[in-house]
Amino acid sequence: MRYRNIWVEAEVCGIAQVAENVMEIKLQPQVGTVPFSVGSHIDVMVPINEVMEVRSYSLVGEYTPNTPYTIAVKKLPSSRGGSSYMWMLEQGNRIKISHPTNNFELAYNSKNYLLVAGGIGITPLVGIAEVLAKDPSNKVQMFYIGKNETDMPYLERLKNCLDSRLTIHFSESMGTCDTQEIIKLAGEDTLLYLCGPLPLMNAVRKNWEQSEWPNTHIRFETFGASGKMAPQAFKVIIPRYNLEILVDENDTLFNALEHVGIPMMSDCLKGECGLCMVDILEHSGIIDHRDFFLSDDQKEENHKFCSCVSRVANGAITIEVPYQGETISK
Amino acid sequence: MGTTTFTMNQSFPMNAWYAVAWDVEVKKELLARTVCNKKLVLYRTSKGTPVVLEDACWHRLLPLSKGTLYNDKVVCGYHGLEYNSDGRCTFMPSQETINPSACVKSYPVVQKHRFVWVWMGNPALADEAKVPDIHWNDDPEWIGDGKLIEVKCNYRLVVDNLMDLTHETFVHAGSIGDRNVAEAPFDVVHDENSATVIRWMKGIDPPPFWKSQLGKKMKYEGKVDRWQIIKFEAPCTVNIDVGVAVEGTGAPEGDRSQGVNGYVLNTITPSTEQTCLYFWAFVRNYNLHDQSNTTELREGVSKIFAQDEDILEAQQQAINANPNREFYNLNIDAGAMWARRITDAMVAKEQN
Repeated sequence: MRYRNIWVEAEVCGIAQVAENVMEIKLQPQVGTVPFSVGSHIDVMVPINEVMEVRSYSLVGEYTPNTPYTIAVKKLPSSRGGSSYMWMLEQGNRIKISHPTNNFELAYNSKNYLLVAGGIGITPLVGIAEVLAKDPSNKVQMFYIGKNETDMPYLERLKNCLDSRLTIHFSESMGTCDTQEIIKLAGEDTLLYLCGPLPLMNAVRKNWEQSEWPNTHIRFETFGASGKMAPQAFKVIIPRYNLEILVDENDTLFNALEHVGIPMMSDCLKGECGLCMVDILEHSGIIDHRDFFLSDDQKEENHKFCSCVSRVANGAITIEVPYQGETISK
Repeated sequence: MGTTTFTMNQSFPMNAWYAVAWDVEVKKELLARTVCNKKLVLYRTSKGTPVVLEDACWHRLLPLSKGTLYNDKVVCGYHGLEYNSDGRCTFMPSQETINPSACVKSYPVVQKHRFVWVWMGNPALADEAKVPDIHWNDDPEWIGDGKLIEVKCNYRLVVDNLMDLTHETFVHAGSIGDRNVAEAPFDVVHDENSATVIRWMKGIDPPPFWKSQLGKKMKYEGKVDRWQIIKFEAPCTVNIDVGVAVEGTGAPEGDRSQGVNGYVLNTITPSTEQTCLYFWAFVRNYNLHDQSNTTELREGVSKIFAQDEDILEAQQQAINANPNREFYNLNIDAGAMWARRITDAMVAKEQN
């Protein structure tokens, strides 16, 4: 269910580095915190090139009355400016945040849970693990994948909470994680909660879909941040308007189209709704589909492109846009 | 804990089991109900499990109760989005994938004591052991039946009504009420979660209703000891142990063998601040195999409760018409006041 965002002013009241590239930030809204369920996130207004944009961050841990919200932000080399801004925050700074909302709600109708986290994807799962671990009748298994010990936040906290139910995978020393093995931990009534980088999520989802377990038992949280390839600038040709534009490494095709005066429609801006799709006429290089709207088959066909998140690597793309007006005007 | 006022603030806690339907009402079809201001849709899966979902489609908010039930899934009556019993969307029209955030809220549900109970608050706290004890409603040593009344008043007015049966004298004259009830003294005891009002009327003439009930068990024309033991279990369940026994046969001391005993089971679910779902049953431990007696009692009590309904709705309207007025409290309101204070504390705890 979608709720209208309620924006409030919040003060940064605590900053701590909790892993090599992860900063934990505590935020105290002026109006006080509101109760939230585990899996919730808040939206944060961040200025990017002097324009306010919205970034979503999961809340770490359970709601505790009269306690600030906790988020954890990873410094991304390819950041569009969201994480760099967050990393520059100092104690006492004031920012605009939303009340918490939850798109990753924990269902309590099972006794069997498998939690899979990759890197910073751990943030919503900390509270979920802690809530589930409280009830001894729950069977909880967590799989936490990261580069190495120093790169993974909340390791100690999760070890204390889950003990032997926590499996840690260091990809630097142990190599790529075999997601097939993760799925083997599941059973008929297992609910899978998944959050992490896109390749991991795609692999786990694919394994799950090929397993005998119901598709509806998988829940995942996306913030549309990652892809197969590192982001790079790419060229876009729009024959209808005799246009050639360059989508900057920090920008999206969606923004670039709007910028040149091609009106676009969107809802989620994180690759879920499919409203911002354009048709691919031709392409070179690799299309890095980063959305959750198109099916794997559709992605392979390369006929459609979610302009809000997807990118092109080492090549260019020729597209048709939904706008069919005679001219474009800025 | 300060004073207990009778104002009409947000009056119900969320972390509690609320009866949402009689078990037989939840069928393999969609049923709309409102609990704690939330619109809900109820159904039963082919395995027999009751399901309660939020009654608004994720997509365009159309009440799902206007849709259909197909293969244990709710199909939205507008664009055909489908939801399973967990509230997960399992079908979206004209696309090959399903939006990962597409779901409606699914509430914890328990079926117990012939009612379907829903938990509207934090699902992590929804412990089945906290379902109010109304075991008489499906205990083989008791028999009876009841109904649901949708009353247009705040649920606490119904609790007030049940916590003080002095009103029987005036609202239910001629059936269960007579001067004895209004005149007899009573005791009130309470703890953190419950309040009990105990009233014994010893050596009285039985009112017409009890006279005829006692007659079903034994031939007896004389005076009786009558009891009403009203037990409130927070936030909204009131079980009333009622009966009469032959005068001086030891009923007050615990021997009820020379009498007839009933329980008026009540659980009153807040629907909105101005409406409630009042579930009640009357059960007895005598004449167990007489189905006509069950029907007679159900219909008889139903008539008595219609009198209450009339009073309660008029009272709610009077409250609305006098927005700056508060209630005065009398000695007879002690049980109701403890019930309110316990519930107030539950609400306050949740809001901190």
